[in-house]
Amino acid sequence: MTYNSVLLDPTAEIDPVEKQLLPRLATLKGATVGLLDISKPRGKEFLDAVASMLEQKGATVKRYAKPTFTRVAPRDLNQRISSECDAVIEGLAD
Amino acid sequence: MSKDEKSRFALVLKKACPTCALIEPVVKQLAERWGEKLTIYIQDDPSFLSELLPVDDSSLEFSYRNAIEIVPTLVSFDSNDVAAERICGWDKVQWQQFTGIDNLGSGLSDFKPGCGSMTHDPGMEEQLMLRFAGDKLAARSVELAADEDELEACFERGWTDGLPVIPPSPLRILRMLKDFDLDYQEVIGKVPPDNVPCSIEKVAINAVMAGCKPEYFPTVLASVRAALKDEFCMHGLLCTTYFSSPVMIVNGPVVRHIGMNNGVNALGQGNRANATVGRALQLLIRNVGGGKPGGIDRATMGNPGKYTYCFAEDESDPEWASLAMDRGYDRNDSVVSLFAGEGLQPILDQLSRTPESLSKSMAASLRSVAHVKRFGMADAILVVCPEHRRVLREAGWSKEDLRRSLFDELMTPGAELLPGVGGMAEGMPEKLKDKLLNKFRDDGLHIVSTGGTAGMFSAIISGWVASGERGSQMVSEKII
Repeated sequence: MTYNSVLLDPTAEIDPVEKQLLPRLATLKGATVGLLDISKPRGKEFLDAVASMLEQKGATVKRYAKPTFTRVAPRDLNQRISSECDAVIEGLAD
Repeated sequence: MSKDEKSRFALVLKKACPTCALIEPVVKQLAERWGEKLTIYIQDDPSFLSELLPVDDSSLEFSYRNAIEIVPTLVSFDSNDVAAERICGWDKVQWQQFTGIDNLGSGLSDFKPGCGSMTHDPGMEEQLMLRFAGDKLAARSVELAADEDELEACFERGWTDGLPVIPPSPLRILRMLKDFDLDYQEVIGKVPPDNVPCSIEKVAINAVMAGCKPEYFPTVLASVRAALKDEFCMHGLLCTTYFSSPVMIVNGPVVRHIGMNNGVNALGQGNRANATVGRALQLLIRNVGGGKPGGIDRATMGNPGKYTYCFAEDESDPEWASLAMDRGYDRNDSVVSLFAGEGLQPILDQLSRTPESLSKSMAASLRSVAHVKRFGMADAILVVCPEHRRVLREAGWSKEDLRRSLFDELMTPGAELLPGVGGMAEGMPEKLKDKLLNKFRDDGLHIVSTGGTAGMFSAIISGWVASGERGSQMVSEKII
């Protein structure tokens, strides 16, 4: 039985087109890379290792941390990272 | 103000209605008296009273928009052109008073009831809703191909939780909303994780898909408002690797009004309101917020409550304070509360006949929430069955007495909970070894009662390991 051929979109209607990536860094040399610790256990040790690898490639590393991993990063932290860094690595989940 | 000073009048008639035919002389008298201040609408045949230049309302637009239920209906509009008062059918005295014309219809019988408006012919109301109220809907229309199956189309577009949904046709959305005085496009908040503004219409679409009846809608809407409160931390709850998801508890008269089950099998399947109200919230946060499994939803295992987890408290015992009352509401308030939790862990105790014994049983079981050696990490709901409630009541124990007793039972020296104790690496930090710790935060143990009257089986709904201010706290919202 066809009783209706039009349905209403239950989603946020975010366009299905893929988001455009920002331009990639050509080199890490001289770049400032932020490392965002989301405050999960052992995140510090993991990011310490990442930081030394980045520094070996000539990057300057800046460290940031979310107050709690259960909540999104506060806006001022996001803004600070985007204004201070050329790139950011966010430690997501476990 | 005399009736003649009203700014205008509308009279809705149907030729096939004997009462409308009866009052022809009245209509002529009014037209003569009021002139252009009176507009006559004819629903069926505009040749009726054509000498008075009536408006053809065979589209029924005027009748629908002005909620005409009976013909004849005479409506007066105030100076802002808002329909102010109306009379229906023929009642001579009433018409004379309404119009301020003493001899109106003096030759007619005193009373004759009207006929049904054509807007209320079988099936007509829905057609009119689509024709004249469809413009209230703003969601993107998705046109299906002629041979496309609606249920399959919803699956293919990723709109479901894995079970079939009711296809959200415009008519179903309008039916869901038509009885409520709501602005369909009102934004009630931003739904995480995508932080997308969520309109009442989107809530209705997802409520339709979940299988809700329109009468459930206020409860669904309240649950969404609750989920969007900052202290519930819906974003983190969606993303967590842990099991948790919103658990919904409904209190108050609405439980009876919408026919929720708070008796036998209260947390089980089989009741439409319990099942679909809980499912509507789950669908909405995933469809609007975008929290899809494998995407933002990173749960290691999840839990079956992510389809739906909604139940109602049994409030038949006036001595038992309900969850909503614990949270500051009145017994007569209808309230929905959300808890970040999962699963159902039974507490079998068929032998306790004293509250002291029962409390020890419950406390021992509650230790298993998250991990027996992890304290203050996860909140919990203790679901007390009616037979256990009876044991408490017969000994004169209130819910608060039980809560205090559980708190005392659950006090534990930190030294017993350290990593390594009992051969288990899991445990509380060394620095707490000299402290006395409680299993739950001060307001981290919620107690509700529901279920069938046979069986000494209470239960634990254990909470997210990020309970409290750093994560999620129980939230409540009044259903209005």
